[in-house]
Amino acid sequence: MPPNSYISNAGRRAVQDPKAARWLLTGVAVIFLLLFLVLPVLLVFVGALAEGVGAYLRALRQPDALSAIWLTLAVAAVAVPLNTIFGVAAAWAIAKFQFRGKGFVVTLIDLPLSVSPVISGLVYVLLFGARGYFGPWLAEHNVQIIFALPGIILVTLFVTVPYVARELIPLMQEQGADEEEAAVMLGASGWRTFWTITLPNIKWGLIYGVIQCNARAMGEFGAVSVVSGHIRGKTNTLPLQVEILYNEYSFTAAFAIASLLALLALLTLVIKHAVEWQARRAYSRPQEENVA
Amino acid sequence: MSIRRHSVIPGFGLASGVAVTYLSLLVLIPFTALFLRVGNMGWGPFMEAVLSPRVIASYKLSLGASLAGALLNVVFGLVVAWVLVRYPFPGRRFLDAIIDLPLALPTAVAGVTLTTLYSPTGWLGRFLEPYGVHVAFTPLGIVIALTFIGLPFVVRTVQPVLTDLEGEVEEAAACLGAGRWYTFTRVVLPTLTPALLTGFALAFARALGEYGSVVFISGNMPMKTEIAPLLIMTKLEQYDYQGAAAIALVMLLMSFMLLLGINLLQWWSGKRYASK
Repeated sequence: MPPNSYISNAGRRAVQDPKAARWLLTGVAVIFLLLFLVLPVLLVFVGALAEGVGAYLRALRQPDALSAIWLTLAVAAVAVPLNTIFGVAAAWAIAKFQFRGKGFVVTLIDLPLSVSPVISGLVYVLLFGARGYFGPWLAEHNVQIIFALPGIILVTLFVTVPYVARELIPLMQEQGADEEEAAVMLGASGWRTFWTITLPNIKWGLIYGVIQCNARAMGEFGAVSVVSGHIRGKTNTLPLQVEILYNEYSFTAAFAIASLLALLALLTLVIKHAVEWQARRAYSRPQEENVA
Repeated sequence: MSIRRHSVIPGFGLASGVAVTYLSLLVLIPFTALFLRVGNMGWGPFMEAVLSPRVIASYKLSLGASLAGALLNVVFGLVVAWVLVRYPFPGRRFLDAIIDLPLALPTAVAGVTLTTLYSPTGWLGRFLEPYGVHVAFTPLGIVIALTFIGLPFVVRTVQPVLTDLEGEVEEAAACLGAGRWYTFTRVVLPTLTPALLTGFALAFARALGEYGSVVFISGNMPMKTEIAPLLIMTKLEQYDYQGAAAIALVMLLMSFMLLLGINLLQWWSGKRYASK
């Protein structure tokens, strides 16, 4: 940002912070971020490699670790596509149409973000747990939801409901419905309109939403912890495996598993920034046309 | 805003059908179960469950630590946002990119890592321990974990407002003879206040329900370092569904009031912007 040319040097000095303040504030911010954000991530990798690369790889090849990896991938493989379909459908309905009860629908979408993960798990236990509303019926029919895979998938679905929808709704509202209306009036079918007009427009927002949804699905701890039952090799996802190993004082193994999740988090941040950069580039052109 | 009563776009039936069915099954019905469960309790047992000394202590701790964490985030979040927007320095883009880390990092990883950092032999704990500052397994540790978790909320709500802040206003203040500090407190800070308050409320709300990053560092001693979400967990493990549901309802009410506050703040700041 070049300073405005009509301001004299003295004037520029008057709107700039004193040098001492700049140094002090920058120092405080950098030290705070190093202590609170950089150091913890560093510790994960140092802790994971504390006993050498061999021990690190051995910790990841433990049968319990492998089954936790598979379970986490399986849960995300169900939760992310379902919530993507839901997010696109919800955003389409909310952004392109006016209808009664829209505010209530938006509140329901936001709800999982403002509820404690423990409460998210609790509501499903109240429904499907041994003493829950459907508990006796499920026991009679030999269906297990709580302390089993279906329960883990259900709570993961619940906590990741908002991510894709919340990313797409403001984006699609901003873009309006003009282009879709034009396409439909020119004879395109609804699906064709969606695939050729809407999807390219929302591409970057959709990718970002899916990435966030995936990060939360793979990393959820509180809600999954309530319904999982912590059965080793069976219902332990990666975050739960970290907890168990840590509580057993197997710190290297705990950090080895944690390093996988930390890598996922870093990858999520990298993709987020790449997407933001792409989005800025992609949306800067149409905006010029909108101004006219 | 455009009005779209009769739309030529198809797909409303399908899209709204999918969305409403999905939300009903996943969100509406489970939460109805929570309200039904508490509704069936009766007033006496409900009060007993939500007002026992151990539960009251956990509310106090959860509220107090969340408040402290959110306040710390207001101070440091403002400094961080200010530095990231206004001062170019090497590594700024990197620091800006990792602000979102607490949202991306699984809470269990954060919890385990922070506990190790601040344990008496940890990288940070060993420097604090000689001065008698105990972090791990104390309320201070909970505050640290909640500060970590709430950091992105304040920074990310203040940053865009600070970026949009027009330099002309500050120039005008300077031309009229205001010193830099005077300009900051009288011109810049009032503009940032709604964003700071919103960030505060968001960080507070998130901290109130936080579980994963806290349970490791808190030590979970009843009456001392036991947060409200953990108490729900404990009740569930004892198959006391009603007690768990009752505490959950009280926490939901707290979150609801915070959300209401956030919406009022956004409405208020929207009005302030509109009136300009």
